[in-house]
Amino acid sequence: MSYDVPEQELMTPGHVACPGCGAPMAVRYALKALGENTVVIIVASCWSIIAGPFPYTAVQVPLLHTLFATGGSVASGVKAGLEACGYKDTTVLTVAGDGGTFDIGIQALSAAVERNEDFIYMCYDNEAYMNTGIQRSSATPWGAWTTTTPVKHPKEQPKKDMVAIMAAHRIPYTATATVAYPEDLIRKVKKAKDIRGSKFLHVLSPCPSGWKSEPAQSVLLSRLAVQSCLFPLYEVEHGDKYTITVWPREKVPVERYLRLQGRFAHLKPEDIRYIQENVDREWERLVAKAKASGQEIPSTGG
Amino acid sequence: MEKVIMGNHAVSYGVQLARVQVIAAYPITPQTQVVEMLSEFCADGLLDAKFIKVESEHSVMAAVVGASIAGARAFTATSSHGLALMHEVLHWASGGRLPIVMANVNRALGPGWNVWTEQTDSLAQRDTGWIQLYCETNQEVLDMVIQAYKIAETVLLPVMLVLDAFVLSHTEEPVDIPDQAAVDRFLPPYQPKFRLQPGNPCSFYGLVAPEHWMELRYKMQRAMEQAVEVTQQVGAEFGQVFGRPYDVVEKYRMEDAEIVLVTSGSIVGTSREVVDELRAQGQRVGLLKMRMFRPFPFVAVREALAGVKKVAVIDRNISYGHGGIFASELKAALYGMPNPPTVFPFIIGLGGRDVTPQSIHKIVQYTQQYDKPAEEIIWMEVKR
Ligand SMILES: Cc1ncc(C[n+]2csc(CCOP(=O)(O)OP(=O)(O)O)c2C)c(N)n1
Ligand SMILES: [Mg+2]
Repeated sequence: MSYDVPEQELMTPGHVACPGCGAPMAVRYALKALGENTVVIIVASCWSIIAGPFPYTAVQVPLLHTLFATGGSVASGVKAGLEACGYKDTTVLTVAGDGGTFDIGIQALSAAVERNEDFIYMCYDNEAYMNTGIQRSSATPWGAWTTTTPVKHPKEQPKKDMVAIMAAHRIPYTATATVAYPEDLIRKVKKAKDIRGSKFLHVLSPCPSGWKSEPAQSVLLSRLAVQSCLFPLYEVEHGDKYTITVWPREKVPVERYLRLQGRFAHLKPEDIRYIQENVDREWERLVAKAKASGQEIPSTGG
Repeated sequence: MEKVIMGNHAVSYGVQLARVQVIAAYPITPQTQVVEMLSEFCADGLLDAKFIKVESEHSVMAAVVGASIAGARAFTATSSHGLALMHEVLHWASGGRLPIVMANVNRALGPGWNVWTEQTDSLAQRDTGWIQLYCETNQEVLDMVIQAYKIAETVLLPVMLVLDAFVLSHTEEPVDIPDQAAVDRFLPPYQPKFRLQPGNPCSFYGLVAPEHWMELRYKMQRAMEQAVEVTQQVGAEFGQVFGRPYDVVEKYRMEDAEIVLVTSGSIVGTSREVVDELRAQGQRVGLLKMRMFRPFPFVAVREALAGVKKVAVIDRNISYGHGGIFASELKAALYGMPNPPTVFPFIIGLGGRDVTPQSIHKIVQYTQQYDKPAEEIIWMEVKR
């Protein structure tokens, strides 16, 4: 893959995210892919802060802040309103956290994509409610510490499979991405831009404060998540055509990813084995789906 | 053109004439026909609007907020539980200074399920920053939709217009449907001053620190205050063009009245009849119709009631632990007036219990009989 990141910057450096936050990186790349003819909708989340307080803005396209549960619904209205005013080819991009997507906003999101509204929904998933101080969400992985899943009682449930839920709506395009693979992310956003209908992008987004990780290691963590197959990079077209877009060079043990994060520090070797088994099983399932969709499987991938 | 139509369809015709561009709605009895008819208008090309069929009322209000901030004229209709579910987003609409218009069909809130009329649903949204206008007839409903956009787009606040479940929503009355060309002259297309516009990067509704917050809220209140006069002007202009003038309150046979009935919605119609009967008997009874509840028309109300001895407020609503909501608002408005009238606060007709001319007669008799109310709330026709 050639290096292909547009130079245009639609995010200014004055944003107020914490050092090492994945969320501004994800939006910065997405805006590079989308260009100026874009309207951004920010659902209540850390991004409500990151964009800057009134009267500042860190984003160089029109931006609407909206309520926690309205990522899908407000976007539907904005798109209709823009069209009524003659802006028929403007891209509407909703940016929401995992809480706004997996939990409180899932109803409006499900309804919007069921109607196949023409917009891109980008969830930056830092795996907890970070803005309110690291409370668990249904995106928090099994075994993780948060302020509502203390070390003595870490999260007992697996992470909700949001991509599967979105794909089950048979929408034209669903994909995962991370900031460690900007070309892949940008290619997916560009692809989404050219498709009419609902597009869902799930971006893993490291949060040094919530993950108890080093700010300088956010890109490394994103890469390890992909290389360990814990967060594979793939896309699903119309709910059934699966394509893996980045194959790990060699499968890294998931322990390497987990051990760089304080939120997993309490895990015992058997816990890590349990996570590894789950990752392996899920990866095999994904590879089988890609194969069934006609993708050629590289020798390192199986 | 005159047609015999139900209140819900009067709303739909008003929306069509106002050339609304985006509609989002969700079904709830007794509002459903409003949006059924609108979706037909859209499907038949009689209204060039996008109809977004969302999955809840929370999403309804979010979608019309999105459409409005993108610069489109937006509409919705709801009732009761639907309105309650919107609550959070109602604030976003008004604080966002968006000229959205919504019709709310007054219906009681459960539990027990009750689909009949009561004003507690709309009055519970009193403090959300929406202008509230109560309608008496289907004609007024249609006329108000058109005026509501003009008011909303002038002061940049959303308008809720309110009609009674069944008594108006499902009752057919003759309604004059104005001419589209005349409505177009009266209500030109919406020209938003601020909106989400590609090529013009502005941020809306971001974090506001205390140093700016008070000023934004002060301006909202000033817009509310301005809305009284604007509603009067718009109502007068509507009268000049269409022959039916409107004001924020209406004084009916109040000359030298000793007792004045104060009420809103369809009870006004019933009260008019009773006032006519009593006047025919030589009794000095008048009626003050409250069209506007938010902003509260202080000046008009004080002016209308100056010199009146007794006021009987008829509330089809309740604030639990306080009383009838129009009555308590009216008392507050009268405070400080020289020789204010004595207020008799009646509650009647909750959950759609019929309010008949006989009920209004009883209210007048009570008010005549006592110097002041014997209780904080005078409950009418309740089995104790
Ligand atoms: C209706 C409602 N409930 C609660 C909140 C408080 N709240 C704001 S952001 C947030 C958490 C957001 O979590 P997520 O979507 O994961 O985004 P993150 O903060 O992690 O970026 C919460 C609970 C709110 N704004 N609105
Ligand atoms: Mg989060």
